[in-house]
Amino acid sequence: MPEITVTVNGTEHRLDVHDRLLLTDLLRDRLRLTGTHLGCEHGVCGACTVLLDDLPVRGCLVLAVQADGRQVRTVESVAPDASTLHPVQQAMADCHGLQCGFCTPGIVMTLVAMHERDERPATDEVDEALSGHLCRCTGYRNITEAAHRALGCEREEARR
Amino acid sequence: MAAPVKPAPFEYVRARSLHEAAELLAADPDAKVLAGGQSLVPMLSMRLARPARLVDVGRIEHLAYVDEVEGHLEIGATATQTQVATHPLTLSRVPILSAGIARIGHTQIRNRGTVCGSLAHHDPSAELPALALALDARLTSFSVRGPVSRTADAFFTGTFDTALDLDEVLTSVQFAMPPEGTGWSFREVARRSGDFALVGVGALLHTDDAGVVDHVRISLFGVGSTPVRVRAVEDRLLGTVVDEPALDAAAEATADQIDPTSDAHASADYRREVAAHLVQEALAEAWATTRRKHADA
Ligand SMILES: Cc1cc2nc3c(=O)[nH]c(=O)nc-3n(C[C@H](O)[C@H](O)[C@H](O)COP(=O)(O)OP(=O)(O)OC[C@H]3O[C@@H](n4cnc5c(N)ncnc54)[C@H](O)[C@@H]3O)c2cc1C
Ligand code: FES
Ligand code: FES
Repeated sequence: MPEITVTVNGTEHRLDVHDRLLLTDLLRDRLRLTGTHLGCEHGVCGACTVLLDDLPVRGCLVLAVQADGRQVRTVESVAPDASTLHPVQQAMADCHGLQCGFCTPGIVMTLVAMHERDERPATDEVDEALSGHLCRCTGYRNITEAAHRALGCEREEARR
Repeated sequence: MAAPVKPAPFEYVRARSLHEAAELLAADPDAKVLAGGQSLVPMLSMRLARPARLVDVGRIEHLAYVDEVEGHLEIGATATQTQVATHPLTLSRVPILSAGIARIGHTQIRNRGTVCGSLAHHDPSAELPALALALDARLTSFSVRGPVSRTADAFFTGTFDTALDLDEVLTSVQFAMPPEGTGWSFREVARRSGDFALVGVGALLHTDDAGVVDHVRISLFGVGSTPVRVRAVEDRLLGTVVDEPALDAAAEATADQIDPTSDAHASADYRREVAAHLVQEALAEAWATTRRKHADA
C-alpha cells in the first residue's frame, strides 16, 4: 500500500491507502469528513466536488494516490467559525437555495472557488459552473439566485 | 474499518519521466496510462476497464505546457483542458479550440481532464478529435522504440481506438494556427448542456480580399466511429467566390458525404439532418466573421 501525504482542510495527514481508493472514500471513510457527498460516483452529479489545489474537481474521479502532496479542501473548511457562515453559505440560506441539502456541499465548493478568485464573474459564467451540479430537489432558481448574490452578480441580474 | 474500494485491483505507478513511463508500459501489456482520469476513473469504478497497472503520467511536470512552435500551438500531455482553453495563445491564435473545449462536460471535469487524454481516449462524440482534424494536428508519442509523429487523419482509427500502440504515451499535440483573419464556428447539439454531443461541427473559413475561399475546414463529430472531415464539400468551396447560396449548397452536400449510424441516442437520419443544419450555420458564421475581419482591416 502506498503511503501518501495529503493536506486536508489545512491539516497534514500521512496515510497508507489502497492504490484503488478514491479520494471521496478517503475523505468520508478514513477521515470522517462526511460533508462531501456521493451521488452518481462517475462524475455526473457534482455532489462530491472538492477543491484540489484550489480548483473545483470531482472527488469521485480522483484516486487518493493522485492527491499525494496536494491540498484538498472540503465543505467542512469553508465556515470561518462555528457560528459564522461563509458568504456563499449565507447566500444559500438567505435565498432558500437548499431543500434536502444533498447537492449543497458540492455547489458550495464550486462557488467558493469562484468567490476566492473575486472577479465578479458574469452571470452566465456562474450558471455554466453551476451546470456541473445536479439537484434532485430541483430548486435551481433559488440556487442560481444565491450564487449570483454571493458572487456579486445580482445587480447585473436586476438590470435585465 | 476498511474504506470501500470500487475499482478492481491494479498497481498504481507514478512515472517521473517519459522514459520511465515508456519502460513501465513496455514491461506490462496490461498497463494503461492515467492522465486526468476523467474518462478512465469512471471506467475503473464501473469495472469496464480492469488494467493490471496504471502508469500515472500526470506528475511529469514539464509536459504541462502550451507553447507556440513553428506556426503551431503545441500542447503537452499533461496540460489540462482548462489550462489550454484559457491560455492567451489559444484565445488569440486558435480561439475555436477554446470554444470547443468549453463544450466538454463541465468546469469541474475540464479542471482535471487533459487535451491529450481526450485525443488518446477518442470517444467519437468528443470535441477534441474533430478539432484535431479541423486544425491539421500532428500528434507525437513516445515509446521504448523512440518518438513517432502522426497526422490526425492517421491517428483516429475507430471508436475508442487510435493508432497508438499499447506501450506508447501521447506526449504532445500540435494544432496548426489558422491564417490571420480566419473566421470560425463551433456548434453542437446535445440533450443537455455538458452532455456528450449527438452531432457537432467545427468550421474554419478564410477568403482573400475578393471573397475567394483560400482556406476551409469542416470537421464533424458524432456522425461515425471517427471524426469526419468533409473534404468533398471543402473542395467545392475552395477557389470559389462565396455567397449565401454557395454556402447553403455546400451544407446540403454534407448530408451525402457522411454515413452516420443509429444508436440509443439518435437515428442515422436525424444525425444526418442535424449535421447538414449545423454545417450551414457554422459556414455562414465563419464566412460572416472572416468578411467582417476583412472590412476592419
Ligand atoms: C460527466 C462527464 C462528462 C464528460 N463530457 C465530455 C464531453 O462532453 N466531451 C468530451 O470530449 N469528453 C467528455 N468527458 C470526458 C473527459 O473530457 C475526459 O477528460 C477526457 O476524455 C480524457 O482525458 P483525461 O486526461 O481525463 O484522460 P484519462 O481519463 O486519464 O484517460 C483516458 C484514456 O486515454 C488514455 N490516455 C490518456 N492520456 C494518454 C496519453 N498521454 N498517452 C496515451 N494514452 C493516454 C488512457 O489510458 C485512457 O485509456 C466527460 C467526462 C465526464 C466525467
Ligand atoms: S458522486 Fe462524483 S460526480 Fe456524482
Ligand atoms: S437540495 Fe436536495 S438535491 Fe439539491
